Amino acid sequence: MKTLVYIDHFKGQVQAASWEALGVAKGLGGSTSHTTTAVIFGSGLDSLTKAAFEFGADEVLVADDPALTDYRAEAYASTLAALAFTRSPDLILFPTSARTRELAAMTAIDLQTGVLVDLTGLSIEGNKLVGTRPIYEGKLNERVVCSGKPVIATLRGRAFPRPAQDKSKGGAAAKVEAKTESPTTVEGYEMAEAAVSLTDSGVVVSGGRGVSNNPSLTPPAGLDEKQAEIWRAQQGFKLVGDLASVLGGAVGASRAAVDAGYIPYSNQVGQTGKTVAPDLYIACGISGAIQHIAGIRSAKMVVAINKDPDAPIFKVARYGVVGDLFQIVPALTEAFKNKLGK
Amino acid sequence: MKIIACIKQVPDTEARVKAEGGKVTWGEAALVINPFDEYAMEGALLQKEATNGTVTALCIGPESAREALKHALAMGADDAILVSDPALTTLDTQGAARILAAAIQKIGGVDMVVFGRQSLDDGSGLTAAQTARVLGWPMLGLAGQIKVEAGSVRAARVIEEGRQNVRAKLPAVVSVVQSIGEPRYPSFMGIRRASKAEIPVWSLKDLGLSAPAQLVSRSEFLTPPSRDVSCEIITGASPAEIADKLADKILAEKVL
Repeated sequence: MKTLVYIDHFKGQVQAASWEALGVAKGLGGSTSHTTTAVIFGSGLDSLTKAAFEFGADEVLVADDPALTDYRAEAYASTLAALAFTRSPDLILFPTSARTRELAAMTAIDLQTGVLVDLTGLSIEGNKLVGTRPIYEGKLNERVVCSGKPVIATLRGRAFPRPAQDKSKGGAAAKVEAKTESPTTVEGYEMAEAAVSLTDSGVVVSGGRGVSNNPSLTPPAGLDEKQAEIWRAQQGFKLVGDLASVLGGAVGASRAAVDAGYIPYSNQVGQTGKTVAPDLYIACGISGAIQHIAGIRSAKMVVAINKDPDAPIFKVARYGVVGDLFQIVPALTEAFKNKLGK
Repeated sequence: MKIIACIKQVPDTEARVKAEGGKVTWGEAALVINPFDEYAMEGALLQKEATNGTVTALCIGPESAREALKHALAMGADDAILVSDPALTTLDTQGAARILAAAIQKIGGVDMVVFGRQSLDDGSGLTAAQTARVLGWPMLGLAGQIKVEAGSVRAARVIEEGRQNVRAKLPAVVSVVQSIGEPRYPSFMGIRRASKAEIPVWSLKDLGLSAPAQLVSRSEFLTPPSRDVSCEIITGASPAEIADKLADKILAEKVL
């Protein structure tokens, strides 16, 4: 089997699930002859090339061109489709991200094939690749097959094991032609503060509406009621962030907290936000609406801190604390600092 | 400016969705406009207001999907079109994209097509980009803000790493995320107008298409294993004691 694995990155920062996809590609080969080819687009790709070999790629193809420095869906899709035309792979794998959903979607149109998107399972049954994916916000799973060739699939982050990295591996990348034409122009970026990615992270600490309710705080003078509420919430999210930071995790939020303007939309977990799959999810001041719970279904363990003992979040939590998050969360940060020797 | 908002009808988010006899069921739960598509409608209506344009809501679905289009009309769409055909029972995203593209071409003179980020049922999030690719139009995905000026559209794309500001010439396809603005509630007048509106139904023949090939098919639905957790409530004399116990429990689970 010939598999292309698309390595997704943002300005050289790789999306870690790319390596998981490499591992899946290697594992699918079985006893038959197969090649796993990593595909990387952008500019200045030497360290990513090296890493792709270290995580198990048999060969690495790069479209290394200054005109591909910024991700643009159309140019990247044309480059990938042209590459797939000449290489005729059986399978193209992507880690699921906002970028790769677009890229897989467009490449599939060019290659007249289908996309199995955001899979949590992929196996060969008979001579068919069968994917498993959650639908209806994780309320059900479906098994899907693609009758086109190549099969295009995107894999949910953290749903598959990460292959071991062998630092001794390396090699030279083969260059492929970059298709740089794109109808969209990138005018610039407004970067979020360097933060751990929610969907990649092994630990997520989230805050809800409850983070604004700290009565012991006095907002600075001159704020109106709404501004004071947001100020309070930001102090609350600092506590959430401190706990996330000591655990090396990402900061999430409930929809209620995002809607109230406490924290940007990009932090939202749940129905209209991101689906996360951490090993540990700590919910602070989150009541646990059905939509939020759907977004954390893949978390291995949930811990809930809430002052309302009847909050639905406790129904999905392994451990709970009924209490004041403004006291418990900083105490938990301290406890982990001591126990983890930080 | 002529704007199309593509919408879908899905079971309500509160629905208890189950797999029964190889089919998905959701009991008595209502079918509603896909919540993400309410943001698409809001984004389309904001541009309609900014440019003194029109919004047409476009939906592929069975007859019952009229209700989703009526919701769009009640929110402020000028008209609505339902694409419905008995041959469309099993449609994958690329098939849907080819049909939407044909409908958009048939409408004609379209400047901008707005999608929600993804549907709540299938959740693929592919159709907007695929429609753009079929049309050969630029795709501005996951826009948190849109601004139209002099034949171009600027969008602030909400990406994992922050915001990417992009620009493209019209016509273009845009998908929006929720920072585009809270969807407006249908007004009383809007609801009255929607209830009286004629919604034309286009068949595949009207679009000059045969049923698109199905490239992705589902073989089976599975009920995910239920989460059997019993919550252990940690108590203690002080926050420090509770935190200490909780941290030990978490460390013992080896999830870190």
